[in-house]
Amino acid sequence: MTTIDAPRAKYRRSRATRSNFELYSWLFMRASGVLLIALVFGHLFVNLVTGEGIKQVDFAFIAGKWSSPFWQTWDLLMLWLAELHGVNGVRTIINDYAEKDTTRIVLKTLLLLSAALVMFLGTLVIFTFDPCPAGAASDLVPSVCTTK
Amino acid sequence: MPQAPAGTLYRGREGMWSWVAHRVTGVLIFFFLFAHVMDTALVRVSPEAYNQVIGTYKNPIVGLGEAGLVAAVIFHAFNGVRIILVDFWAKGTRYQRQMLWGVLALFVLVFAPFAVRHLMHVFA
Repeated sequence: MTTIDAPRAKYRRSRATRSNFELYSWLFMRASGVLLIALVFGHLFVNLVTGEGIKQVDFAFIAGKWSSPFWQTWDLLMLWLAELHGVNGVRTIINDYAEKDTTRIVLKTLLLLSAALVMFLGTLVIFTFDPCPAGAASDLVPSVCTTK
Repeated sequence: MPQAPAGTLYRGREGMWSWVAHRVTGVLIFFFLFAHVMDTALVRVSPEAYNQVIGTYKNPIVGLGEAGLVAAVIFHAFNGVRIILVDFWAKGTRYQRQMLWGVLALFVLVFAPFAVRHLMHVFA
């Protein structure tokens, strides 16, 4: 039996059991996108345009950057925002194209596992990284290691 | 649930194709990010391990792939700004087509000098 709303009852666009998750995810894509433009363009400029570009990228180059809290913070923020932005985008694509419930569950489980791995491993490396590992050849480490 | 016919065009033209390109570049960048974090994590193993793996990337084929990835990032970034303007600017939907041409003009302006500099490093 259908119940009819009481006259002049306040109209509710959605049922109270629904959350605003999709609204916040939509907003997050825009906010993180703006921040990522600055973070990723800065990252690409410093690593690929300045100096010798892609040729300069080796252990000593990365260790030189990550011996500074500035680049550690930059890369950590970029890692988290980019991964969450990407996960949310791929989640939307899965919802659009995967029609079977089981396909969606399998794909989203894989998506979450890969995101957890990337964010855990990336964060661990940025925080536990030693730019001057004991016993490393002096020509492989950044110049900050020898001036101590 | 009724099924929509698969493989049909939506509305075509600038609006739909920029949306397709945004998805394609986004997925491409997402998969690259996975590989990028995995290989960069090798710095935690040893300097030799990282340099050995990164050394296998230092060839013209991967160099061209890097240029393609940067192209994808630049398009995704500028078209993302266009999407934000469509959503938040009152006249955004009316000028979405003109804004796409603006995105493509900015893309050429930023990507062309980058490509010259990067390919000079790759082919030097």
